[in-house]
Amino acid sequence: MKKILSLLTAVLLAVSVSGCHYQHINNGSEDSEPQTLTVDNPEYYTRFKDKGISINVYNWGEYISDGSDDLLDVNSEFTNLTGIQVNYTTYATNEELYAKLKGGGSDYDVVIPSDYMISRMIKEGMLNKLDYSNIPNFKNIMDNFRYLEYDPENSYSVPYTWGTVGIIYDNTAIDIDEEDIDWDILWNDAYKDRILMFDNPRDAFAIAETLLGYSLNTEDSAELKRAASKLLEQKKLVQSYVMDEIFDKMGAGEAVLAPYYAGDAVSLMDEYDHLSFAIPKSGTNLFIDAMCIPKCASQQEAAEMYINFMCEPDVAYATTSYIGYSTPNSAAFDMLDDEVKEDKISYPDDDFIAEKTTVFKNLSDDANLEMQKLWTDMKSTQEYSKNMWVVPVFLLSCILISIAIIIRRYLKRKKDIF
Amino acid sequence: MISFPYIIWMIVFIVVPLAMVAYFAFTDADGRFTLEYIADVAQYSNIFVRSIWLAAISTVICLVIGYPVAFILATMNKRHQSTMLMIVMLPMWMNFLLRTYAWMTLLGNNGLINYVLGLVGLGPYKLLNTQSAVVLGMVYNYLPFMILPLYSVMVKIDKILLEAAADLGCNSKKTLIKVVFPLSIPGVTSGITMVFVPAISTFIISRMLGGGSNLLIGDLIEMQFLGNSYNPNLGAGISLVLMVIVLLIMTIMNQFDNDDDRVLM
Repeated sequence: MKKILSLLTAVLLAVSVSGCHYQHINNGSEDSEPQTLTVDNPEYYTRFKDKGISINVYNWGEYISDGSDDLLDVNSEFTNLTGIQVNYTTYATNEELYAKLKGGGSDYDVVIPSDYMISRMIKEGMLNKLDYSNIPNFKNIMDNFRYLEYDPENSYSVPYTWGTVGIIYDNTAIDIDEEDIDWDILWNDAYKDRILMFDNPRDAFAIAETLLGYSLNTEDSAELKRAASKLLEQKKLVQSYVMDEIFDKMGAGEAVLAPYYAGDAVSLMDEYDHLSFAIPKSGTNLFIDAMCIPKCASQQEAAEMYINFMCEPDVAYATTSYIGYSTPNSAAFDMLDDEVKEDKISYPDDDFIAEKTTVFKNLSDDANLEMQKLWTDMKSTQEYSKNMWVVPVFLLSCILISIAIIIRRYLKRKKDIF
Repeated sequence: MISFPYIIWMIVFIVVPLAMVAYFAFTDADGRFTLEYIADVAQYSNIFVRSIWLAAISTVICLVIGYPVAFILATMNKRHQSTMLMIVMLPMWMNFLLRTYAWMTLLGNNGLINYVLGLVGLGPYKLLNTQSAVVLGMVYNYLPFMILPLYSVMVKIDKILLEAAADLGCNSKKTLIKVVFPLSIPGVTSGITMVFVPAISTFIISRMLGGGSNLLIGDLIEMQFLGNSYNPNLGAGISLVLMVIVLLIMTIMNQFDNDDDRVLM
């Protein structure tokens, strides 16, 4: 037995060693020099040295460079530079972040919500104004990512990444030119049960609204209802409503079509040759994730220092290279390879962005509620025949149980008499 | 006095949260009393029916599978019992999400099951993203919770009773029905409770195996808190209604339990 065990261990070791080896080769890009950090103004970052300060950063999962692929380990570089500890935690959706902050009792110093959530938080007074004199690197942010509708005076947020929504498709199963792929392909009978769909109402409604020619920010009840019935029409073709599971399902060839965010599509396409990405010509949603400081923050100045650090060209470069989302940082953009700069998935033409993309705004509470309700209804309706047995069996079992209880009671009483 | 720590625990982590759920369910966003959210729950009745239905099917399947297993375990040689028990528990050593995730790869169109079926010229069948897959996930995840209470009750049944039954002319079938089953009723009821309650409120199984289009109550509650409209009051209302339904079902189950305490004595 021992021999077998040691043999097994040996095999396992061999496999893991060769695995490491493989990974190493894989990671060694053209020049395998690890990235080093130079900052504009090192003096600025020494302010809190040796003060034992720590900040709590709350970001999306897998949304920061962690030191792999020879890129910077952003958080530990920040600690080395400034002496400020970073407690880094992650969330999966804007709504989760919102619920956490709204529920109270949290003390995050930096959060990175998306556009519509930022405007909602501004409206509800959940964010602190930023002191841009502490964020000199804001100068690196491209002009077209400033003063956007979600933060018109640009006093609450500093853009972190951006991207568009498009369609990931399996190019072995779908023989259509990338140019010709539009949202209606997600309603095509030919791909029944091989279509994945967003499992969040805002993104799903946006697709239906684009198809119907409505604004992505419509609050009109009739338009929302029509969009919902459009989604219901699609439901019988949809294999499943998912978010991050898209990676596995598309990678394994379970499904052939899925709408998703461009940044993730870039990472997916790196990994799988059979996947391609198309940005529908009829228009799409442009999203921006930006760094903000919530009201509950206790270290405003250190948080601003962190935000400034994230806008350092080297750091922003590491971020965009690692997570695959596009950067709004002009200095970091200049550092990218030409191949990436000219990639129409990550950086579509300015004309297309100006004319065909829409940034989400926060909807009114009523519109949000209505959308949620329509979405729940859409997801929970199903063909009635399937449920044929439910009510009869339920009634029958109720009756049987009551009878059984009555009989048992009766028998018990009878026994007690004796 | 010894129970003091638990009483504190219970008050802080059970009584207070329950009171808060009730408070949220009966108030609106501004803290005023309202019945609106409780009334709103009615529009989701089809989701309630589906949840109860799927949870009930899973419970019945768990009972049908688990009862013989528990019986065999209990009557087994003592030495093997612990090994077999460990095997029953084995899946629970793994993370719940991971186990459910594994089913996704097994059941998928290109999954292992369809692959094997494909080798003999069958399929592919649509296995994933169906209600059956949700039931399968529930049965798989909650089966140990059925087997363990059944086992712990059955293992305490005195062998002498079985011998006495045989002496008095019962065949094995009759012994099972007249002696073993009545004595194991407490195990059955607690097994049913332990499977039905988590099954009715699960949300991750239906999302992962049901493809997001077989919404259950758990999903619905989750959507109120983490969905695009943050609506804790409605979420609390739905939770409260769910708790009342579960309470009702448990009370019915306990009717059987109480009756049989006497038999045990």
